[in-house]
This record gives sequence, structure tokens and C-alpha cells, in this order.
Amino acid sequence: MRTFAPTNSVETDMTDRQLANSELGFLEYDPAPESASIAQLRPNYGLFVDGVFTDPGSHEQFTSINPANEEIVATVAQASAQDVDRAVTAARRAYDKVWSKTTGAERAKYLFRIARLIQERARELAVVETLDNGKPIRESRDVDVPLAAAHFFYYAGWADKLEHAGFGADPRSLGVAGQIIPWNFPLLMAAWKLAPALAAGNTCVLKPAETTPLSALILAEILQQAELPPGVVNIVTGDGSTGSALVDNPGVDKIAFTGSTEVGRSLQQRVATSQKRLTLELGGKGANIVFDDAPIDEVIEGIIDGIFFNQGHVCCAGSRLLVQETIADEVLRRLVRRVEQLRVGDPLDKNTDVGAINSAAQLARIRELSDVGEREGATRYTSSCALPVKGYWFAPTIFADVAQSHRIARDEIFGPVLSVLTFRTPEEAVAKANNTNYGLACGVWSEKGSRTLWVAQRLRAGVIWANTYNRFDPTSPFGGMRESGFGREGGRHGLEAYLNV
Amino acid sequence: MSDRRLDVRKTYKLLINGAFPRSESGRSYEVASAKGAFLGNVALGSRKDVRDAVVAARAAQTKWWGATAYNRGQVLYRLAEMAESRRDELAEHVTLAEGVSAKSAQVVVSRAIDRVVWYAGWTDKIAQVMGGTNPVAGPFFNFSVPVASGVVAVIVDQNSSLGGFVDAVLAPVCAGNTVVVLASERRPIPAVLLGEMTATSDFPPGVINIITGRTSELAPVLAAHEDVDGLDLTGAPEEANELALLAAGSIKRVLRPDGRDLDASLRRLRAFIETSTVWHTIGQ
Repeated sequence: MRTFAPTNSVETDMTDRQLANSELGFLEYDPAPESASIAQLRPNYGLFVDGVFTDPGSHEQFTSINPANEEIVATVAQASAQDVDRAVTAARRAYDKVWSKTTGAERAKYLFRIARLIQERARELAVVETLDNGKPIRESRDVDVPLAAAHFFYYAGWADKLEHAGFGADPRSLGVAGQIIPWNFPLLMAAWKLAPALAAGNTCVLKPAETTPLSALILAEILQQAELPPGVVNIVTGDGSTGSALVDNPGVDKIAFTGSTEVGRSLQQRVATSQKRLTLELGGKGANIVFDDAPIDEVIEGIIDGIFFNQGHVCCAGSRLLVQETIADEVLRRLVRRVEQLRVGDPLDKNTDVGAINSAAQLARIRELSDVGEREGATRYTSSCALPVKGYWFAPTIFADVAQSHRIARDEIFGPVLSVLTFRTPEEAVAKANNTNYGLACGVWSEKGSRTLWVAQRLRAGVIWANTYNRFDPTSPFGGMRESGFGREGGRHGLEAYLNV
Repeated sequence: MSDRRLDVRKTYKLLINGAFPRSESGRSYEVASAKGAFLGNVALGSRKDVRDAVVAARAAQTKWWGATAYNRGQVLYRLAEMAESRRDELAEHVTLAEGVSAKSAQVVVSRAIDRVVWYAGWTDKIAQVMGGTNPVAGPFFNFSVPVASGVVAVIVDQNSSLGGFVDAVLAPVCAGNTVVVLASERRPIPAVLLGEMTATSDFPPGVINIITGRTSELAPVLAAHEDVDGLDLTGAPEEANELALLAAGSIKRVLRPDGRDLDASLRRLRAFIETSTVWHTIGQ
């Protein structure tokens, strides 16, 4: 077994903390916090049904907290089965009376308006997202919000061109779509669900995640500003019981779900006895394959981005590093050094690389699986960074000497934890990458294009990034194979999920 | 001395991994013509036969998918050639199975063979029709390729002994999937004949596996099998809910009949195709 390189073998580089304590301390970053007040949140929110917010007092309420400090950000309504039914009824009425009679060209203009409004309120949305989710402001500002706007902009253009999308001469909408989204990219997932559904002519009932409902409620305000007809989009906040009520509601024609494979499986079982359409975007255990000819500096940044982006709360995260044996020691040594330099802390600070874990429950799961990793014999390296006292935090962690049978190589951790495995030949890399029930995403790093394509052809994954990782674009279909789900979001392919084809 | 020659009858067997075994269970069941005449003792496939067929299909899938689309097209076209040369035999058995006139049976066979040719022509078009490049906002070459789901279990139409079989089986196969097929329980013989023809059409062993037997016994095994990626429920409309429930255990792709004409659309082709999207950096 290879010996693991501990941190103190890195003599040439100073960590941030060493730097701060040395005479070069003046080179340390000063805090650069974004202002939380930009969020302009109300203290409490009702449901968004039929174009208006309901009275918060008429529902049970629950709090959405900032995972970085456990303070309450806002109080939101818990939608009951009756509330969900009202939302579905509103969506049905809007479908029958308005939206199905609105031309594609008009639908397009509503979507363009929404895209523009998101751009106009981008800074506010980024702050809300970071407060509610715990992700670094750099990511919500540069990734989540711009991509959400881009998604509406992209699908807007499809609304009056559906007959050219390759699904026959007269593709029809499905009706009312029930959409359940996760907490890792709250606004972006809302955009991924709503934009294609509306472009295709459906009306929607959206259920945001329990821990991150707020950006969707700001989006509801944006829909009002866009003067989207009442009932075309309804937003019901709540816990799993709200999602269940939506899935079981007989007025829903289609369910689109993004979340864990475990929940996706149960949704598929429940929908099996109905005529509802279903698309699922579920978990993953993405392999990031590094060949020995790859440019090492880019590789290190790519691996780091692949697993620590969004605290590893990414279904397509590159959580299994497969590195060619000849360079394994060097890659590991450099990764350990790089992880030590990641800035973990206040998500509102523009210099922060890794923010807060989204919830206490998720933190418990990450801790549990990491403990299992140690017990099963993997070598653990965890960044020595100081963690805030309040809030949910997990220091970036790398496990070396991981075997394929280890749980940290098989189970989706959904946190900032990387498992490192090695391979000798391309065949072995492909076999190991495919040795999972998941099939969402993989990375391949090599300067040799023919080998990259050879590997890409053999990987059982819906998305393959070559010499990059965690890239998203509204024109690019995203989604999984096998137990990572079915259906695509993004691109021309993403329309299929909302058309009767 | 009589002029009458005693004909040599055929034992109707399974097709698993390119071989024609009887059921490992040793069981068989009597198949009668539409008019009630004895046609033969057909192998009564067992759960073990189904599992063996899935193993064969899984092993064959990499090879079948790895073949060029041109090659897969030629293999499918070869099947049409084989079927054409045995069309009278197929027609005779369609008549026996479905009780239609000899003339109607010829029409059924002609349509089925033409359908094989149609699918033969699809193999190298799918990627162009269903894939493409995506203009992402960044320095990347991004393309989407349709790829096979993997192993597909097909419960074929119980009534259409030949036409239904051709459509349900060749759609996933032409897209690069391998299949385990449950033939029509009461009318299995045309499917068995077509299975024999695949053995002389250069199909790699295991690409098409055909099991005859009781749908109610074998369909749940396929629906619940964890190494099956897709499930076509055309031949089990009554049990569709229950089978779809089993299929959800491993997040299978499920094609359910919904009364619309599947044969005229590309739904069958799309049902067992995945989209794989590759991003590659562009730079000097």
C-alpha cells in the first residue's frame, strides 16, 4: 500500500494560516463581505398560488435558517394537502383557460421578461441564495443566478419553435407539471424546471426544498412583476409531506423530481400505478479520471472544483478521483496542499471558497460516512482550517487508499469529501468508473484527444467533462443513466420531458 | 407401400446466448393453433432461463454497442434477407397462430420484413437525428450522443405474433441495446422462427434472447431484475401497474402502452436511448 503524504511533507508552500502568522501577514486577505441587507427579505411568506401570496397567518409556519450561523432568515408556510390541491386547481384552470391558448410567441416573451428580471435583481437573489443555502457568494453570484437567467432566456426562444425541435410536427404540452426541487441549487433548479415546462406550454406547481425556499419566493415576486398570468406558476413551500401531496394529487399530469436516488425510487413506485409522466434527476458518484499526460496544474484545480464546488452538494460531483498510478503520489501531495489553501468560512465573504453545509441532517450524514471511511481503512486527510463555532461546517477532506468496496467509494456523500483510487490502464479506469449503480457524470483528464474520446465512449454517464468539470449551460442536456434517473434538462432534449411525444 | 412421407417436426426451443436450449427446467407447454389444432410442445421457460438470458444480454451489450452503426445496420438487413427467404414458412405460422387467411398472413409477413428493413436503415441515423452539438457559452466543444440504455426486457404483444415482435424487439436492438424477449404466450412460434433466423444473420450471440413460457411467471422476474435497464410492457397491459412498480426498484426506463400507435412514432426508439453529453475544452 502506498504511504500517504501528510501535510508536513509540504515544505515549500505556506498555508494561509502560516502566512497570516508570519512577517508576510500583510499579504493575507482582508474580509470582503457582501451586505446581507441587500436581500430585503420579508419576515414571513405565504404560499404563491394563483398569482398572489396567501396570508402567512393562515398556514402552519416553519423557519428557514442560515446554515452559516443558525439564525432565522425568514418564516415560510407549510403547505398542506389542501393547499397543494388549491395550487393544482389553479394551475389546471390557468392551463385550460389561459396558457394553452397563449401562442408560443407570447409565452416566449413572458420567459424573456423573467430572464431579464432575474438579471435585474441578480445581486439581491445571490445574497438571498447564500443566506438561505450557505453557499459562497462567489458561486451564487457567478454561477447560480446568471445560469438561472440564461436558462429562461434559452427556453424562451423555444416556445414558438417547438415544431422544429425534432419531436414531430405538432408537439403538445402535457398539462399540469408538479416539480420538486432540491436544496443544493435552489433558484437554478427552479429555473431548470420552470423554463422548459412553460416554454412547452405547461402550467406548474413548484415545491422548493424545505431548507431553501426563499429564492423561489423571490422568483414568485419576479413572476408577478413579469405579469405572468395567475396560476401559470404556483409555488408551495413545505417539507416532504407537501411533496408527497403533490406527487399523489390526481390533477397533476407530470412529475419532475430532482433529489436523492432513494426518494426518486419511491416516487417512481408511487407514480407506477398512475398515468403520470415522470422524469428523475437523482444521485451520482462521479468518477474523475486523470491520466498521467494531463497538465497537472489544471488537473489539481479541476479536481478541487469537481468535489469542493458548492461544498460538494452537487449530484454530479467528481467524488471519486481515479488517478493513474504513475502520478498518484504527486497528485495526492498537491491536492493535500491545495485543500489546505481553500478558504472555508463566511459564505457572504467574496473570498470564501467553501461555505456552510446546508443542514444539520446533511452534516450528520457527511460525518457518519467519513467516520465509516476511516473505520474501513482509508487514509484521511482533513484541512486544518478553523471552522466557525456556530452553523454547520465540515472541513474539506480527502481519503486516500480507498478500495472500490469501501462505502466512501460507493455511497453518495453529498459533501466536501473526495475518495482517491488509482488505476494503471484505460480499460481499468473505465471498469472502475462504471462500477457503480449511478451514471450521472464523469471527468476525463488527458492531453490525448483520441484517448479521451475512447474513454468517453465507454463511460456510462449522462455528462462527461473532458479537461474540465462541473460546467453547466442551458443549451447542454444534463441528466443521468441507470439509477441516476431518466430524462434530460437543458438543450433541445430538455423539451421532451414536457411534451407529449 | 404408402406414398405418404411422415414429416419431420421441429422442437421449439428457447434462444439464449446464440444457442437453442430447451428450458433448463425440462418443462414444456402445449401450443395450439387459433383453430385449436396441436402445434407443438414449446419450451416453458423458467426464472433461471430468464436470468441466464439477462447474463447473456449483458455480456453481449458492450460488443453490440461497440460495433459500428453501419455494421449493426447490415446485420439487421441480413435478418430481413433471411426472413424473405423463409417468408412462406413465416406466413404459414402466422395463419396458424392468428387464424388469419393465407393472403392476410402474406401481408403481415411483408409488413414485418419491410419493418426490419426500416430499422436496418435507422442504425446510422439515430445519432444524427437525436444527437447534435450544443452551443455552450464558453470555450468548449459540446456534443450530445444518443447511447443505448443497455439490456432491455421486452414483453411482446400477445396477439400480433410477428408484427408486434418485430417492432418491439428491433427498436431497442437497432439503437444498440440487447434484449431478453418474452414471446407471446399463446402465439410464440413465429417469434421462435424469427429467432432462428437471427442465428444466421450475424447477430453476436446474446443480442437477441427469446424466452417462451408463461408471461405471468416470467415478466415479474424481468421487471425486478437489477441488471435490466429498460422494460417494454406492451404485452402485459393488465399487469402493467404491478410490473412498473417492480421496475421502479432499480429506476428502469419503462415503456407503457397508452393506446396510441407506437409503430408510427419514434417513441419505441427513444424509449431505450440515453443522451450522453461530452464537454471538451477548446484551446491552443
